[in-house]
Amino acid sequence: MTSIGIAIGFYALAGLAIGSSLLVFLTRNLLHAVIFAILAFIGMAGLFVTLSADFLAVSQIMIYAGAISVLLVFAVMLTPYASRDNGNSLFAPAGVLVGLGFAALIGFIATQVAWPAFTGGDLEAQNFTGTVRTIGSALLGDYALPFELASVLLLAALVGAIALVREDER
Amino acid sequence: MNPLAITLPHYLVVSGIVFGIGIAIALSKRNAIAVLMGIELMLNAVNLTFIAFSRFGSAFGPEPTQPLVGHVFVVFVLTVAAAEAAVALAMAVLVYRRRETVDLDRINLMRW
Repeated sequence: MTSIGIAIGFYALAGLAIGSSLLVFLTRNLLHAVIFAILAFIGMAGLFVTLSADFLAVSQIMIYAGAISVLLVFAVMLTPYASRDNGNSLFAPAGVLVGLGFAALIGFIATQVAWPAFTGGDLEAQNFTGTVRTIGSALLGDYALPFELASVLLLAALVGAIALVREDER
Repeated sequence: MNPLAITLPHYLVVSGIVFGIGIAIALSKRNAIAVLMGIELMLNAVNLTFIAFSRFGSAFGPEPTQPLVGHVFVVFVLTVAAAEAAVALAMAVLVYRRRETVDLDRINLMRW
């Protein structure tokens, strides 16, 4: 993938994702943190697009930037007397250290390991038509059992969430 | 090395940084909802790793052996993340209803 467009897109979207994630950590207001989390999710969806994952980018925007962020805003709004500040606990220095250590470790591994020389070939040369058809046939073919299990998991989570927050009639 | 060549390590470094930020948020925030945001960021970073390996690995290669298995995994991660967010936020609302706070430093009923 050597084109100036890909390079500009990658650096801009990576900057958006990383910068918004940092602001989730740094901002003082919880609702602002939710907004920056949505921005980070959108930046991630853009990175998915640069990797030719069109279906997953759209799913990411619908599920993360749409559904999960609405859930987060609902949770903030449903806890009105709780503190709105995005403060750190006593363990913040240790948490930041662990996060830095993980990022440094993954960065070190990513830059030191000799990955395979294949660098993302030209998709048009391979008659690439999109990912949706392949993902769909994989989900209903080789991965049919995990697919059904995922639907049961979603149902269980839905019923569980409703049962948890239901008011007692007594 | 050509500075315009975007390769697998670029994406892995971005994913590592976002994962590290997610860990820092999840470990150091006091509000339960902020901790959940950190966990979602970590799941997102893992998704980026899956898709990057899928793109630069065998899936789009000259002879694709297992096309888009990484993408299928990401679909399942998205499913689990949605279920996890729903249950965790229901628990946050429940704890708030009982104790009028979602401050993790003050939810210490089970501390030994």
